[in-house]
Amino acid sequence: MTSENQQVCIGMLVYDHPGVMMKVTGMFARRGFNISSISVGHSERPGFSRITIMAEGDQATIEQIIKQLHKLIDIVKVQHLEPSRTTMRESALVKVLVKDNNTRQEIMTLVDIYTGRVIDVTSKTMTLEIVGTQRKVDSFIELISEIANIKEIARSGVLALYRGEETITLD
Amino acid sequence: MRIIIGTDIIVKLLKDTKNTTLFGYPGGAIMPFYDRIYGDADIRLILVRHEQSAGHAADGFARASGRLGVCVTTSGPGATNLVTALANAYYDSSPVLAFSGQVSTRLIGNDAFQEADVVGCTMAVTKQNYQVKDVNNLGRVFKEAIYIATTGRPGPVFIDLPRDVQGAECTIPDPIPEKVELASYNPRVFSKGAALQIKRALDILFKAQYPVIIAGGGVALANASKELEEVVNLLRIPVVYTLMGKGVISDDHPYVLGMIGMHGRKRSNFAVSEADAILALGTRFSDRITGDLSQFPGQPSAKVIHVDIDTAEIGKNVPVDVPIVADLKLALQEFLEQVKRRLADAKNGVLSSWWYKYIKELKESSGIPDASRPGKTGRIIPEKIMFELNKILQTDDIVVTEVGQAQMYSAHYLNIRKPRTWISSGGLGTMGFGFPAGIGAKVAKPDSQVWVVAGDGSFQMNLHELATVKQHDIKINIIVVNNQYLGMVRQWQELLHEKRYSYTCLGCKDGRYFPDFVKLADAYGLEGVRVDKPEQVAGALAQASRSDGTFVVEIMVEPESNILPMLQPGGSLNTFYSRRREQKSIYDWYCRLPRTEAEQRGYKVERIKKEEDDVAVFFEDES
Ligand SMILES: Cc1ncc(C[n+]2csc(CCOP(=O)(O)OP(=O)(O)O)c2C)c(N)n1
Ligand SMILES: [Mg+2]
Repeated sequence: MTSENQQVCIGMLVYDHPGVMMKVTGMFARRGFNISSISVGHSERPGFSRITIMAEGDQATIEQIIKQLHKLIDIVKVQHLEPSRTTMRESALVKVLVKDNNTRQEIMTLVDIYTGRVIDVTSKTMTLEIVGTQRKVDSFIELISEIANIKEIARSGVLALYRGEETITLD
Repeated sequence: MRIIIGTDIIVKLLKDTKNTTLFGYPGGAIMPFYDRIYGDADIRLILVRHEQSAGHAADGFARASGRLGVCVTTSGPGATNLVTALANAYYDSSPVLAFSGQVSTRLIGNDAFQEADVVGCTMAVTKQNYQVKDVNNLGRVFKEAIYIATTGRPGPVFIDLPRDVQGAECTIPDPIPEKVELASYNPRVFSKGAALQIKRALDILFKAQYPVIIAGGGVALANASKELEEVVNLLRIPVVYTLMGKGVISDDHPYVLGMIGMHGRKRSNFAVSEADAILALGTRFSDRITGDLSQFPGQPSAKVIHVDIDTAEIGKNVPVDVPIVADLKLALQEFLEQVKRRLADAKNGVLSSWWYKYIKELKESSGIPDASRPGKTGRIIPEKIMFELNKILQTDDIVVTEVGQAQMYSAHYLNIRKPRTWISSGGLGTMGFGFPAGIGAKVAKPDSQVWVVAGDGSFQMNLHELATVKQHDIKINIIVVNNQYLGMVRQWQELLHEKRYSYTCLGCKDGRYFPDFVKLADAYGLEGVRVDKPEQVAGALAQASRSDGTFVVEIMVEPESNILPMLQPGGSLNTFYSRRREQKSIYDWYCRLPRTEAEQRGYKVERIKKEEDDVAVFFEDES
């Protein structure tokens, strides 16, 4: 029954209580499941937060992750957000050291191609903002690293919503 | 009763839900609660001698009664002492409500005296936990906690209760909500889908040649024993059970073969190894049950039907052909209906009679051995105790075990006839559980005899509870199976570590042993007797059952007896150590079953090799 490892996106609606994040991440740690990214914030409804987790595992593991999340009483809804029905975005801030004008130009071009933005500039650094799919963010960072020295990266973790009318909300 | 402050809410809820028997131990941070119940004739609190025991006693109470067990302790050490007991209840799905005091809200986070992050500590071992910082939430939280602990797959719930909240005045008119409203928690009971799945399950079971039921503790939790027995009788399917499932169907039933797994009976492991269809009821297929998962089920083509209330258990360890998520009682009722309908119409096929006849003979051919012979060093062998206990055990008597060899001897050999009369620590295997759980069981069922079967090591983990039974006049019969070893670990050392008995001997080098358990009982004002000859066992047990108060029977047994068969750790369900410490295959004892009807006709039951005399100790003449 073992299948190949895959990345899955899991969307959750949870009670906005203290300790809920700990229960979620604790479950992953305790059972040896891997989280590749996690993001949390308020949802559309007061008193509830939205958590989005990217996790990795084979089919059986992913099934277990979702079932175990279901069991946590502070989690109201859990859904596996399949890529074909989902829009996903991640954003990243990337600070690079820039030695000369030439590099600066190259970076600007790349930022343009990726429809990113430069949000802070000093004589020695530039901070870039990029938004897109995880793949797009990955490849942007990789290309930047080939032309400049990356000093620091902050990534938001993946955010995801179903396409169309489907939702993970309390009806 | 007018509700004014926090503790009023708790007391009202406990009384309204008829949960008025508590186990506990006081301290600074829980004093407002203890003060509130002072002199309250409707609340009974059993004062234990260690908070771990309060938790185990509440757990034992829950298992014996099928109701909620409640325990209440102070903050810091009082609460951390509960953690083992909560974990124990968690892994065996026992409905326990635990609450403990906490430092006042304004001190939380300051590392105040006896402050501990108990919500953090208990997170991984409770079904849900809470800290209540606002008295207006107290009623909702308690109500929710009781609901969560007792519904769906039961489990422990912990509430952290700051001292000031206990005494705080409510500022809302109705602090206890009418109903529990939890969008996130829907203990699933039964659905139309489950009925369809049951039809598929029966398609398989009616076609199977050698179907087997594995009954787990879930059957007891769902109070579904009656339904199980009816299904078994109609379908004539042999039953094996897990440690937690002992008692969910009577050991006297002709199709009940006994426990399976690492320390299971040979005949049970054989039946599962040969089965072409397995109906698993309320079991989580733990590693102790399946052996090596890659070789489970023994017949790779065997179909597995798994009924459990917890979706996450289905498919977790063993791939399942027919998953059924349901309350077992309702599922078995549906099974019954459908089975009856099928059996009413002959064109649905008839059940093969070969298998159940075979099973009956298999069971009759391997009974409990007579163990009146002393062992190698002249001491009693543990089987003898089981043999004698069986003779006086009444149907309603409750057997509670500690952990280790004595537990496994009991699981193998004792005849348990009713659910909730067998109480043992399964998932966590907690030494020290048995005695306090026995206290809880006796408090729940004062009219039943409670027998605690304890190893000498385990009993010493919570023996201070002798004071509790004395103080509260609780009568339990304690059998200390004294081999002066941490016997189960010693057995592993014998079989797997060339007899290197590293720190498992509990006696002195010169062979003397201690403590003297009879004197110990005496120190607490209790009676006891020591037994070292096989012929004294019966009398001592009878004396215990007749005595008015708790009675300790210390039985000196063969120090190096082994409970066998035992699977090699990680080995398959059909390989195990024999009494000569050799690795054997189950097929050294049993012939593979015929796979065609023609073969069945030619297959003589006489061809079955008799189950080897299971007495595993080496007698003098054969070592
Ligand atoms: C709290 C705890 N500590 C350690 C163990 C590991 N352990 C399992 S069985 C056992 C020996 C039990 O000895 P005893 O109670 O004398 O029973 P026996 O096996 O000798 O019958 C030990 C140490 C355990 N199960 N629980
Ligand atoms: Mg021992």
